[in-house]
Amino acid sequence: MMSPQEVIQRRVALELHEGNLVNLGIGLPTGVCRYVPQGSGLLFQSENGIVGMGERPPEGMEDEDLTDAGGSFVMAVPGAATVDSPLSFGLIRGGHLDVTVLGGLQVDERGYLANWMVPGKMVPGMGGAMDLVSGARRVIVAMQHTANGLPKIVPECTLPITAMRRVTLIVTELAVIEPTASGLCLRERGKGVDVETIQKSTSARLVIPKVVPEMPMPID
Amino acid sequence: MKKSISPTNAAAMIPDGATLMIGGFMGVGSPHRLIDAILVAGRRNLTVIANDTARPGVGIGKMIAAGLVSRVVASHIGLNPLTQKGMLSHEIEVELVPQGTLAERIRAGGFGLGGVLTKTGLGTLAAEGQRVIEIDGQQWLYASPLRADFALIHADRADHGGNLAYQLTATNFNPVMALAADTVICEAREIVPVGVIPPDSVTTPGVVVDLLIERAAA
Repeated sequence: MMSPQEVIQRRVALELHEGNLVNLGIGLPTGVCRYVPQGSGLLFQSENGIVGMGERPPEGMEDEDLTDAGGSFVMAVPGAATVDSPLSFGLIRGGHLDVTVLGGLQVDERGYLANWMVPGKMVPGMGGAMDLVSGARRVIVAMQHTANGLPKIVPECTLPITAMRRVTLIVTELAVIEPTASGLCLRERGKGVDVETIQKSTSARLVIPKVVPEMPMPID
Repeated sequence: MKKSISPTNAAAMIPDGATLMIGGFMGVGSPHRLIDAILVAGRRNLTVIANDTARPGVGIGKMIAAGLVSRVVASHIGLNPLTQKGMLSHEIEVELVPQGTLAERIRAGGFGLGGVLTKTGLGTLAAEGQRVIEIDGQQWLYASPLRADFALIHADRADHGGNLAYQLTATNFNPVMALAADTVICEAREIVPVGVIPPDSVTTPGVVVDLLIERAAA
């Protein structure tokens, strides 16, 4: 049985297309790269200053000057470019980044994402998240559907939002939801998951089309 | 020719209460020997402008742990629980700035600009107390320039004229900070004769660099 994380990562991978420049957030989103087919012509960007980030190097092959935004060692793919911070964020804000995949604490009926702080408790700072959500062409939120049993897809974010921008897609282990002008539209349900289960785990109002297909889930 | 001094002598130039820009991203591309010398010198009430405060025991994280820093301007402190603790207990004043905005504020400070306008942060807590400017019907958040007394930066190579070349993701905030401080001190992995770094490979021209840190004793 696939873990919730793997379901999410595999489904998000289907959203990435040939030639895309993609930024994967630290944590769950990072694992999306495992399910992107080889030779798909994608380039991964990391905001610390690399276009064409590769996998973790084999032990002993690490370069102390080559890491991802979390400070973990990475490799550079052939054709990669490294840039300074102003240029890295020029790529992000300037509309040159096709897709950003980020984790989320909450998403609401407006499609607004909250993912950078819990007041009084967790104040990590927004890092690049506000620039990424404001500037990327497509914003995909990859997160588990609930946290400790509580809904994360809510009528209105109670946590501070990351940007006043409607995200493109929400992918959880239970559902794929598209925020639209008329609300959160349920596009797909997880394998064997019924619509009722999704509604029970969601406090936001969902727009539910007549037919909600199961997530496509090709296995390698 | 630029003077090369020891980390200890460089640290001695930095007074209590100074504002420091420090290059690096989670400690990658930070001037580690210089940071260690500041720890030994034991400065107080420093303001640090940097992308992040690294982790405890790494780079800027060591300065936080030693209580040298009373104010931080950064985009991310999430991997350093001590900075978060200091922020929540009000021992460290922390100004959180979106990373791209931080880069542009430093660039504005170094490039002689009065600030920049960005969409990033509009309608969020990052916009609190900031000016929203409307131009041709579009709203923008104004981000003011940042400057420092000292920029403490890291490069892969320096020549004796102060020209700097960086490597891979250790570049990050170092080149932009090199223009935004009154005194720029660079710790390079190696210092080579003038002419060894070809002009096209120089990212930071030596004219903006004041001092180099001597090579570590072998």
